[in-house]
Amino acid sequence: MTGLVVVRPGPLTTVQDLGRRGVAHLGVPRAGALDEPALRAANRLVGNPAGTAGLETTLGGVALRAVGPQLIAVTGAPAAVRLDGRSVAWGAAVTVPDGSVLDLGPATHGVRGYLAVAGGLAVPPVLGSRSADLLSGLGPAPLTAGQLLPVGPRFPGDRADLIPLPAPPAELVLRLHPGPHLDWFAAAARPLLARSRYLVATASNRIALRTEGPALPRSRSGELPSEGMVLGAVQVPPDGRPVIFLADHPTTGGYPVIGVVPTADLPAAAQARPGTPVRFVPLTR
Amino acid sequence: MHLTFRQVGADALLVRAPDGESVAALYAALLARRDELPAITEIVPAARTVLLDGLADSALTRQRLAGWQLPPHPPADGPLIELPTVYDGADLAEVAALWGCSAAEAVRLHSSFEYRVAFCGFSPGFGYLTGLPAPYEVPRRDTPRSAVPAGSVALAGPYTGVYPSSSPGGWQLLGRTSVVLWDTGREPAALLAPGVRVRFVPVADA
Repeated sequence: MTGLVVVRPGPLTTVQDLGRRGVAHLGVPRAGALDEPALRAANRLVGNPAGTAGLETTLGGVALRAVGPQLIAVTGAPAAVRLDGRSVAWGAAVTVPDGSVLDLGPATHGVRGYLAVAGGLAVPPVLGSRSADLLSGLGPAPLTAGQLLPVGPRFPGDRADLIPLPAPPAELVLRLHPGPHLDWFAAAARPLLARSRYLVATASNRIALRTEGPALPRSRSGELPSEGMVLGAVQVPPDGRPVIFLADHPTTGGYPVIGVVPTADLPAAAQARPGTPVRFVPLTR
Repeated sequence: MHLTFRQVGADALLVRAPDGESVAALYAALLARRDELPAITEIVPAARTVLLDGLADSALTRQRLAGWQLPPHPPADGPLIELPTVYDGADLAEVAALWGCSAAEAVRLHSSFEYRVAFCGFSPGFGYLTGLPAPYEVPRRDTPRSAVPAGSVALAGPYTGVYPSSSPGGWQLLGRTSVVLWDTGREPAALLAPGVRVRFVPVADA
């Protein structure tokens, strides 16, 4: 079997594609790559369709040994890439001979790296996706050392040589559509959100980007009856600090939503390290 | 039925209906008449709302929906699932005490009602079932359990639920069923999908 053996799994490395659709009514989160353009780019560099399953690393990288020759590209958070100890290109396709080890080092900026292999990771799909969903445990578990990841047959067609992507943000600017529960907040809440500096909190994960900063005052206490939640929803739990829903977010929730971040702004959120300043820019609708 | 609409971000609509029954009616209509609307990726019912997410055209969707005549109740002929249930839950005595009856009478009562999956949430395949009359609503436990076994039949507020997998939980445990509620290798993966009618059938052992 052709594939990749996990030599060093890194702190949290998961298989991701573009996630699950059409199953939110069963309580199934969408999952999928948090920095979707980065996964798409990595796939393009090795000639895969955009939605092919690859790896998402978290801060610490990953090391893999090729079983059979492989073509691999790494995008997302910039990091040193080594092939059997020699430096090779980041953000471009690299041929990894049978038995060689490709080592993606710790991210120098940003959080999440994306590794695509020509042919894609051929783990069994669950409900139409190979993505690991860390909220509900669907899909493959995070990588462990020694595990073999099967790789599928290569796709015909061309591949890109270079795809420019934005650098991880020094300051995370999130535009904000008005949320559906503005009546749950004090009049001062939205202006406070717009003018305050928040920081990305350490407790952020694939479920949500959490923030530290001024608590947003509510006009009503308690919880609303469970309601469907969208990607990018900015929920405000009782501590008043806005929480931005990412790919593994629960499908329903009971905390009021003060705004919704456009999906175009979420890849940057996926790359913002704890401590990164966050600024919210309200949109009129 | 009066529906209200709220835009949620660029491509989602939250449709609010007056009560749980009308939400169920709206959800049933959305499934039956989906092809009359521009493309929708997700239709997510909840307690008082249905979220329409991934809309090709939210303005047109809203305009069309506003013109729909909807019945106040969902159709009575949804699929019916019977769940053989051993009523030996750790909180059965406490629930019976809250209802002011014996444990045997609590079992008889709980299994006498027909339920409907109003919506899913909490974990994949976890259905929130309505149908328990208001006088029988019970609060959550003060202290959630760190592990509730899979198949547990439980109560909280207006809802009955069955835990599809072992998880922490604060609901009052009435009993258990050995029916597998959630299996991603099966079609359908979720037995208790929104709109499904449910009866609990007391049995001596599952």
